[in-house]
Formats: sequence, C-alpha cells, structure tokens
Amino acid sequence: MSRKPYVREMTSEWITRHPRYLRYLLREFSCLFIGGWTLMMVWGLARLAQGPAAWAAFLETLQSPASIVLQALALAFAVYHAVTWFNLTPKALPVQLGDEFVADGVISGAHFAVWGLLSLVVLLLAGAF
Amino acid sequence: MAKSNKPIVWGPFAAGGTLTAFLTPVLIVLTLLAGFGHVPDLLGYEALRAFAAHGVVKMGLVVVVFLSLWSAAHRLRITCYDLGLRADTLVATLVYALAIAGTVAAAIALLRLTPA
Repeated sequence: MSRKPYVREMTSEWITRHPRYLRYLLREFSCLFIGGWTLMMVWGLARLAQGPAAWAAFLETLQSPASIVLQALALAFAVYHAVTWFNLTPKALPVQLGDEFVADGVISGAHFAVWGLLSLVVLLLAGAF
Repeated sequence: MAKSNKPIVWGPFAAGGTLTAFLTPVLIVLTLLAGFGHVPDLLGYEALRAFAAHGVVKMGLVVVVFLSLWSAAHRLRITCYDLGLRADTLVATLVYALAIAGTVAAAIALLRLTPA
C-alpha cells in the first residue's frame, strides 16, 4: 500500500476522565478473571482424567491462600459481569406486546430471578449445603 | 460485496456472555467452597468422574468451556484496542487461538475420562 492512512493517536488517558469510563473498564476486565478461572477448570478436568491422586492434588491447590484470593476476586468480577449483562438485556432484547414495549425492569428483573433460581438449583444439585 | 466476519466472532461472544452471566458465579462458589475445605458432593473424585464421564455432560462441558473462553477472548481483544493497542489482527489471533487451545485441552481431558 503506497498511501499513508491517517491513524489518530490513541492513548489510555480517557480512562480517568469520567467514573463511568473506569466502571466500563472494570467490567471489561472481568474477562481476565472469567477466562482465567475457566482455564483453571480445564486444568482441573485434565487432573481429574489422571486419577484420584491428581484430583486430590488439584483440590489441595484450590485451598492455597493465593488461589482463594484469586477465586474471591474472580467471583466478584463474575457477579459484576452478570449484573451489568442483565441490566443491558432490555436494550438487547426489547419485547413488544401489542403497541407497548415491556418495561425495562421487567425484562432485566426476569433475568435476575432466573439467575438466582438457577444458582440455587446448581448449589442444591451439587450438594453444596 | 464487502464481507464481514463480525457475526462469526460476535455470536459466540454474546452466547458466552449470557452463559457466563448465568453460570460462572455459582460455579466459582463451588470451587471456592472446595477452597475453604468444604468440598461440595459433586466435586468428590468418584461423583465428579461419574458425572463428567457421561457423553451428554462431556459435550455440555466442552460447549461451556468454549463459550466462556471465547467471550473472554473477544472482550480482551476489544479492551486491548480501547487501551490504545492497535495491533488488532495480532491480538485477535492470539486471544482466539488461546480460547481454541483451551477448548481442545478440555476436549482431550474429557476424551481420556472413561466411566468407572
């Protein structure tokens, strides 16, 4: 390509310009924790396939202070991701009944209710109590 | 006609974002409980092995891993761009490759898992 397209310079200065930019970035950083935790689970599956001793060692790794801190952080970020995601559902999935649109709170509220119920069912089925 | 591959990368991102919103927090609670020494019944070796060795569960787990990793990868790619990193093709290749590698690793581990 012989032409030289103009590329506007971009810095990360915008982050601190407004609190909502910071919250946006915080939401986006949830991907590091969700992705990291998922990779840890893949590692766990590999250990499970290696037998009881390997699985026991994996469970022990979960108990190290560093892993507890990371998992607590991951939980906080995962919940933040879920809350922001469900709050956006009325924008992504507007529902029209007749001439009227269903109120935003009903759509996101339904998602929050299903989320709570599903989490409870998973905890019960997994024998967490 | 201009072609766009946006729907292909964006579809799994939206699906994964929804899936991780519904499922990931409670799954982290399970491993966090195990971290505190209160191992949920399902995370015991025999129980988890019997559960994960089931064909339908294996497929479900691969789908969960793929969608979770893909949506995280896509979000990371966009975040890198927002932070001023303009080598998008390189970033996209790296993060999507990592997501696919993780999925393949999960599939291999599950294939090695046979019913007791």
